[in-house]
Amino acid sequence: MTAFIIRRLMQSVIVIWVMTLIVFFGVNVIGDPVEMYASDLCNQACRQRIVESLGLDRPIFEQYLVFLGSALKGELGNSFRLGVPSLEAIMARLPATIELAIFAMLLTVTVGIPLGMWAGLRPKSIAGRLIMGGSILGFSLPSFWVGLMLILIFALQLGWLPTTGRGDTREFLGLEFSFLTVDGFRHMILPGVNLSLFFMALLIRLVRAGVREVLFVDYIKFAHAKGLHWHRVIFVHLLKNIMIPVITVLGLEFGGLLAFAVITETIFAWPGMGKLLIDSINLLDRPLIVAYLMLIVFFFIVINLTVDITYSFLDPRVRLQRAPS
Amino acid sequence: MTATVEAVETVEDVPARVETPFRRFVMEYSESKVAVAAFFGFVAIVFIALFANWITPQNPHDLMQIDILDNLLPPGSEALVGYTYVLGTDGQGRDMLSAIFFGLRISIFVGVASGLAAFVIGMFVGLISAYAGGRVDAFIMRVVDLQLGFPTILIALVLLAALGQGVDKVIFALIVVQWAYYARTVRGTALVERRREYVESAECLALGRFRIILKHLLPNCLPPLIVIGTVQVAHSIALEASLSFLGVGLPPTEPSLGLLIANGREYMFGGHYWISVYPGIALLIVIGAINLMGDQLRDVLNPRLNR
Repeated sequence: MTAFIIRRLMQSVIVIWVMTLIVFFGVNVIGDPVEMYASDLCNQACRQRIVESLGLDRPIFEQYLVFLGSALKGELGNSFRLGVPSLEAIMARLPATIELAIFAMLLTVTVGIPLGMWAGLRPKSIAGRLIMGGSILGFSLPSFWVGLMLILIFALQLGWLPTTGRGDTREFLGLEFSFLTVDGFRHMILPGVNLSLFFMALLIRLVRAGVREVLFVDYIKFAHAKGLHWHRVIFVHLLKNIMIPVITVLGLEFGGLLAFAVITETIFAWPGMGKLLIDSINLLDRPLIVAYLMLIVFFFIVINLTVDITYSFLDPRVRLQRAPS
Repeated sequence: MTATVEAVETVEDVPARVETPFRRFVMEYSESKVAVAAFFGFVAIVFIALFANWITPQNPHDLMQIDILDNLLPPGSEALVGYTYVLGTDGQGRDMLSAIFFGLRISIFVGVASGLAAFVIGMFVGLISAYAGGRVDAFIMRVVDLQLGFPTILIALVLLAALGQGVDKVIFALIVVQWAYYARTVRGTALVERRREYVESAECLALGRFRIILKHLLPNCLPPLIVIGTVQVAHSIALEASLSFLGVGLPPTEPSLGLLIANGREYMFGGHYWISVYPGIALLIVIGAINLMGDQLRDVLNPRLNR
């Protein structure tokens, strides 16, 4: 077990190192770093300062070490637009994105698992077919268009929910959160639904496939034969056995939620880190883009690592496998 | 010599009843009425996209044909010059139906072109990986795993942020995010196939490596690739639309469906819903049709489902 974790940790460190190489050479060799870090307002003196601070007059190998050193300290340059360190700017927007992603995840699980089980247990019923048809629709509907339609129907036509923004927030653990106020929660519903739809469709298919597979396995037949109530067979014997792949996929998809939040946040003007990225891209705020990239790589590696380790606890076969050389 | 002549004759005797693999494929595919409808729907859409010049009432790129006085008309309004705006007009007075037909052309072109290029690149990388084995294989698969660990939209977004707007750049970004799916799929199949007897016998005949890979291994790896390919084309059309909507995809001179929807966004709050709604429905129909075809293809081409 320990060997497995150490091996996975080392792999993760290598991946992060490779990413710094790609980002560094992308910025410094293919592009012109002065152009990258100089805003349009930068004059000759300011450019000279950048050359000095980045050490561009030194050999490339030394430059890379300097970049690596400052990246380790979390210094990834100042944002042109906001004038603060980019990493700080992103971190300030992080709670809003995490809050939205967790809300969407909860929606996905509470709606997706029951619907998927129903479709798996009664595949021929009208409800089962409707659920599966709906999940194909969930795959095919472009997420950004669904967001616009949600605004059009529920905010503009019916007037039930607010169109955009985050609403009132309340401080909790030193951070501002929307879900603690009624107004803030109302602002969260549409973006949350929008963000969760695609993943709900995915989860429904996954759970349905799992139920169809496990339903005909001997221990389920045996449980029935023992005379157990169907409640217990379905909610204990069956559910337990389909949960392993579900947990893995949910873990991995949490990263996907953070990525898809870019679209949802743009549509609903939700002030999270995804919207910050799009604004930065449109205004060519390059240090912020680089910082976002490094941060998201780090997130994904942590998520993948956590999922792998959790999975190896749940399923011993994984850790007995020899790592591909 | 005579034996071959006889063989040819016997085949010609029963031409109608021979069950070719293609005919069997068509029969099995046709078992689902929805899939057949999706196929014909997709063919119709491709025709609309190809011949948009001739079937639309107006050319939305030709400023001479657009009348700004006709802007923001609701669906069904009469134009000043005689025809009806079936789906209304946008902020510049463009006929939405024409704009959607032309947008379909751009969306489908980008989706199919990037899908095909990724298909070919991924296929060769996967085949090389499976056939070479060892370190080459391990390295390629590491790269594939690394890339598939990140969501496609993020990679495409960052790439386009660095490259800038443009049709060629969008296609490039879409190829970069897609090739890994094909590579992994084809490697998996090729690893199984290359242990089969027919590859072994080809190797015993001392045929050239490239000949074995291209003529023997490749055709047998195609079915799962075709399934992935259909789904990936739908995916890349949706991805292009999303990127264009976010403002990092196609330039405004190439108004794909995603850009049309983005343009309609500001008018939506003023009650002019049709500018965003109809291009989105067109997008949904295209992606839905391809996905339904992909679903049926997966059933038909999957050897594990004993049919």
